[in-house]
Amino acid sequence: MDIARILATKGDTAVTARPDQSIRDGLALLARHNIGALIVVDAAGAPIGILSERDIVREAARNEAVFTRRVGDLMTRDVITGQPHDDLAAVAYTMTDKRIRHLPVMEKGKLVGIVSIGDILKAQRDHYRGEADTLQAMILDPEPGSGR
Amino acid sequence: MPRPGTDAQPLRVAIVGAGPTGYYAADALLRKEGVVVEVDLYDRLPTPYGLVRLGVAPDHQKIKSVTAAFDKVAASSRFRFFGNVEFGKDVTLADLRAHYHQILYSTGAQTDRRMGIPGEDLTGSHPATEFVAWYNAHPDYRDSEFDLSVERAAVVGVGNVAVDVARILSRTPEELARTDIADHALAALSRSRIREVYLLGRRGPAQAAFTNPEIKELGELEGADVEVRPEEVELDPLSRAAVEQRQDRATRKKVEILQGYARARPAGKPRKLVVRFLVSPVELVGDATGRVVKMRLVRNELSATQTGALQPRATDRFEELPVGLVFRSVGYRGVPLPGVPFNESWGVILNVKGRVLDPDTKRPVVGEYTAGWIKRGPTGVIGTNKPDAAETVECMFEDLAQGAVLQPSHPTAAAAEALVRQRKPTFFSYADWLRLNEIEVSRGRAQGRPRVKFASVEGMLAALGR
Repeated sequence: MDIARILATKGDTAVTARPDQSIRDGLALLARHNIGALIVVDAAGAPIGILSERDIVREAARNEAVFTRRVGDLMTRDVITGQPHDDLAAVAYTMTDKRIRHLPVMEKGKLVGIVSIGDILKAQRDHYRGEADTLQAMILDPEPGSGR
Repeated sequence: MPRPGTDAQPLRVAIVGAGPTGYYAADALLRKEGVVVEVDLYDRLPTPYGLVRLGVAPDHQKIKSVTAAFDKVAASSRFRFFGNVEFGKDVTLADLRAHYHQILYSTGAQTDRRMGIPGEDLTGSHPATEFVAWYNAHPDYRDSEFDLSVERAAVVGVGNVAVDVARILSRTPEELARTDIADHALAALSRSRIREVYLLGRRGPAQAAFTNPEIKELGELEGADVEVRPEEVELDPLSRAAVEQRQDRATRKKVEILQGYARARPAGKPRKLVVRFLVSPVELVGDATGRVVKMRLVRNELSATQTGALQPRATDRFEELPVGLVFRSVGYRGVPLPGVPFNESWGVILNVKGRVLDPDTKRPVVGEYTAGWIKRGPTGVIGTNKPDAAETVECMFEDLAQGAVLQPSHPTAAAAEALVRQRKPTFFSYADWLRLNEIEVSRGRAQGRPRVKFASVEGMLAALGR
């Protein structure tokens, strides 16, 4: 299974912000879309960083004026990105291992979506549930192949 | 107007597509406490169960036993089946909007992805799903023809469908005669002159999508030896590191099974099933009459993406494989439904958690939902569609609670049935299907088979005296 399958049920856009927007704007976007991170893009729409709720919390803990700071000041650069055909298993391992909670997904240089660690857990859970359920149906059926 | 979901006005739901997802969704809808729901399950074929009947291989009957659970759902007095009724043709979206509060699409992933290489459309090159539909007696594919007089066949891909196709091509007539394979396919495959079947994986054994029971089963074929090249199942350093880091026991076992095949001496069975890794077809080559006669392959190596996923990269080493028959099984896509927004990038209905989205406003379309492969793409086993359908149904009840449902002009079971009767007098009810099922099973009993399938809609109608 690849992570494109996760993006398929998330509409077709990732929520983005510009680096010169205020943190207040950024927080409003996070709240409105009920998400934990924004992809920060330049004027051409190319991702240049990611701003997570953690980045904001860290700044808020030491700076009362956090709201007026710029998205570009607090964002994390050097972001690890995924590709639609990356395997779920590989992505799950890397996100857990490197403590990444949000993975922008790029295709041919374009941002095509974002996968969160919660999305990964849900996909894995549904996968295991599905397997267990299918096996159970096969084991419990008294008359295999009867079609009934 | 009172909110639907009561005895006086049940919530009326149409589900389009009677595969596993359609049943899982119907089950979740009908089980909901405190809401009275009526479900009409539509399918363009007279027979239900979708890919359980028409996709799952005939020599995997055990998997088909999941239909017992589906029949239990269908036994509800608030469930009806309208088979042989095609959405967009016999009934339109406007019809459904006039008769239901909510519509759910569960039509699956119906087309093959193409390989995108020269020669792909030569005679003798087919989508694997066409072969699968043919041997499973899908009425649309009963007249398909495959040239089984050639000596070598290649299946491109190493997913479950690819393995099914390779295995069916390798089975003896005696093995096949014990299954519910279509009679026309049994006759054709019994005359098959294929001696060698190739399964071609573009990545290595650790990345192959087939499951361990499936690859093990290949070693138990009565009429075919499995052949694997030792050097192709020796793990490269990247794959070895990935398996070890993730303590991936299933993959380790998979590689061990394959290495076992590489060491084994052929038992001299009449056929050979060759599993290849790290190769991709780059061209199919035809003869003067346009028939495929060989395939050009490029050798791949693996490289890691930023997330550690291993992807194939072509080298400059090529080889040729003489083959007269090619089946591609490199991925599947959903087919857009008339009037329903589609997400071209992922080949699914445009949706968030199963709510269909308006492509312009990105807001949910009131009353329209999707579940299963047409929602998330083709992945997982049959049961994976259960949590998937449950997620969609949860959205449906949330929206009902908000009053965000359609306002049908004819929200009654009687009106919907009258519509179907008028548009498609030859529709199949669930009772019709259960009678047909009994006839198929009893025809099978006479031959020591699970069932003998009808392969045409006319034949099904005639069997019921219609």
